[in-house]
Amino acid sequence: MPGPIQSIERAAAVLRLLGGAGRPLALAELAAALDLPRPTVHGIVATLRSEGLVEQDHASALYRLGGGLRTLASGWDRHDLRARAMNWADVLAGGTGCAVYLAVPEGAAAGIVHHVFRPDGTPQTLRTNTDHPLHATAWGKCLLAFAPVSTPAPRDLELRRYTGRTASTVAMLEAHLAAARTRGMATDVGEFESGAGGAAVPLRSGGGLTVAALGIAAPVEQLFGGGGEPRPAQADLLRAAGREISALLVSR
Amino acid sequence: MTTPVSGDGRSGDYRHSQVVAAIDQGTTSTRCLLFSRTGRMLAVAQREHRQHYPEPGRVEHDAEEIWRNVARVVPEALKRAGLGPENIAALGIANQRETTVIWNRHTGVPLARAITWQDTRTGPIVAELVEAGLTDLYSRTSGFTPATYFAGPRLRWLLDHVPGAREGAEAGDVLFGTMESWLIWRLTGGVHVTDVSNASRTMMMDLRTLEWSPKLLEALDVPERMLPEIRSNAEVYGVCTEVLPGVPVAGALGDQQAALVGQTCFAPGEVKCTYGTGAFLLKNTGPRIAGSAQGLIPTVGYLIGDEPVYALEGSIAVTGSLVQWFRDSLGMIGTAAQIETLAMTVPDNGGCYVVPAFSGLYAPHWQATARGVIVGLTGYITRGHLARAVLEATAWQTREVVEAMNAESGIPVTRLKVDGGMTADHLLMQYVADVLDVPVERPLGSEAVSLGAAYVAGLAVGHWSDLEVLRANWHRAALWRPDMPAEVRDRERANWGRAVDRSYDWVV
Repeated sequence: MPGPIQSIERAAAVLRLLGGAGRPLALAELAAALDLPRPTVHGIVATLRSEGLVEQDHASALYRLGGGLRTLASGWDRHDLRARAMNWADVLAGGTGCAVYLAVPEGAAAGIVHHVFRPDGTPQTLRTNTDHPLHATAWGKCLLAFAPVSTPAPRDLELRRYTGRTASTVAMLEAHLAAARTRGMATDVGEFESGAGGAAVPLRSGGGLTVAALGIAAPVEQLFGGGGEPRPAQADLLRAAGREISALLVSR
Repeated sequence: MTTPVSGDGRSGDYRHSQVVAAIDQGTTSTRCLLFSRTGRMLAVAQREHRQHYPEPGRVEHDAEEIWRNVARVVPEALKRAGLGPENIAALGIANQRETTVIWNRHTGVPLARAITWQDTRTGPIVAELVEAGLTDLYSRTSGFTPATYFAGPRLRWLLDHVPGAREGAEAGDVLFGTMESWLIWRLTGGVHVTDVSNASRTMMMDLRTLEWSPKLLEALDVPERMLPEIRSNAEVYGVCTEVLPGVPVAGALGDQQAALVGQTCFAPGEVKCTYGTGAFLLKNTGPRIAGSAQGLIPTVGYLIGDEPVYALEGSIAVTGSLVQWFRDSLGMIGTAAQIETLAMTVPDNGGCYVVPAFSGLYAPHWQATARGVIVGLTGYITRGHLARAVLEATAWQTREVVEAMNAESGIPVTRLKVDGGMTADHLLMQYVADVLDVPVERPLGSEAVSLGAAYVAGLAVGHWSDLEVLRANWHRAALWRPDMPAEVRDRERANWGRAVDRSYDWVV
């Protein structure tokens, strides 16, 4: 197996420096911090600029993080996402017996891009193009946990209490998000609608950036075991579908 | 290229029971799909084949290449699912219809490349039949008037132009088949059969007796001994000697009829529409052979058991291909899916209409000299309005075919089952529901064609007991309810009609 690619390690270090400095940096500062010759560092920042990941201030010639970092997470056309995810979303619904949702950051909400009915013959209404609350749904919390740059910070959200289980304080929401990051999966145990459960995993495009959340929805008792953890069979299918769709998002 | 679409093995229900394999031999690729007893797709493998364009209007496939692809995708699909031939209860085939191949009975080698359904070289042969006053005979017997669309004239062309073809056919050395015939013959090591749905697209079969018509064969000057035996859609034609040794080949359907079965449209009046580059609507007409008025084509739906079920077919030439044109020729969008994003930038079409009569208008107009028009342009119109108009053209063309189907019989269409790539476009599906004023439904799993092939094969070997079991496998994945005020629908319908009028008589 080949070792780490040096130029990518250095590019990542440049981004970390620019992100952590709290102010724009000069080329000389970057070169000093990385202990590299200036021409080498210039090549790296020039490449990152061409990718939109770094910007250079015209007047001062100082470097800072670029707007491309934000559009990396939201730049996918939502209908391209649906087209790529659709077959796997059907497989997921068929395998789990759950409804399937695909959600993307939409301002201060989770925008539903795709919805597959629960395959049980019950009357259901298509929720495509509706907004769900970020703090009270599995897919919303998944976006908050895994796409923090393209979603508002928890303290900036209106944490409306939909049910007794809704994370209606910043501390509670932060705890939910930490658990989601640990588990790699966000859950909703009746927090938006009493008795309605959900679980969601991030869909990652090239570079591992989260661009959407893939979720399954079913009654709480169908999705969760006694300990409040998602049932392994359904969680495994959700993770597998998430991996497969993510693999289709690596290239545009 | 192969694409795994299998679920996680641990949750699968197929390790301890058998599955059914389907080969979908399509226009651009050949695929193998495996289905569980509940109709879930477990794995798929796919390979594309080359399109040969020797001259304008001619499109050919190498039947040998397609056979090689079959021999590769079937083991690939099995491998993905972790299964062997012993796990396969039966194999079914769905195929591009009307594509015509002839081969040597002794060597198995095709005498020429297959002539595909898009190929229009048989124009002069068809014109001859019409000039000879045979239109009525064809209409009465095969169900439709002579057209370049069907396989029979292609066979005649091959007999006339390929060295040794006619002599070989008369001597019994050269065989004819559409793609399912060719594949069954190769798979079984020499069983020469076709199925009623494919045979009904040859212009050589009697739609009532479901047998080759001696009169039609005589008119086309085709030796009967080169033709395959016509069989039902669900029966064991033979057992594989290659690719899946020991597995019965137990079902075959033309692709559009396969989608009718896959969508479980088993009751008279039920309609499915498959949206691809073009669109195909098939309506189950039960035991009744529909009239061919308004350019719709009566055809065999399927024969499972003894009683044939007929269908009325309406085809739309340009649907998805209009979106491709919008993307590739106009450069308005980067991907087909992005047309929905662009269309959603505006609330309506702004008074703009696109009539995609790129090679004339098909059903129900049949205007060969019509050409495409964009009307209603003003300074107000943006790319978003054009995107709307492009999508709406598919919906209005669907409505025209449904209107013709409703006019043909007393049973109006009350809901539409859809499948195919364009069902990913929710804005379009909502608009189809709006202009038809009926609910539009998409089933779970977009593989209606392959599923239909699996269903007939599984029925033949008793893997599934009856059609009701298959109906229970159909699950609604999405439903679009009509949500357009009647006055808006009527106004837009009238505008579309006026736009279509303006496309007439352009070519002089």
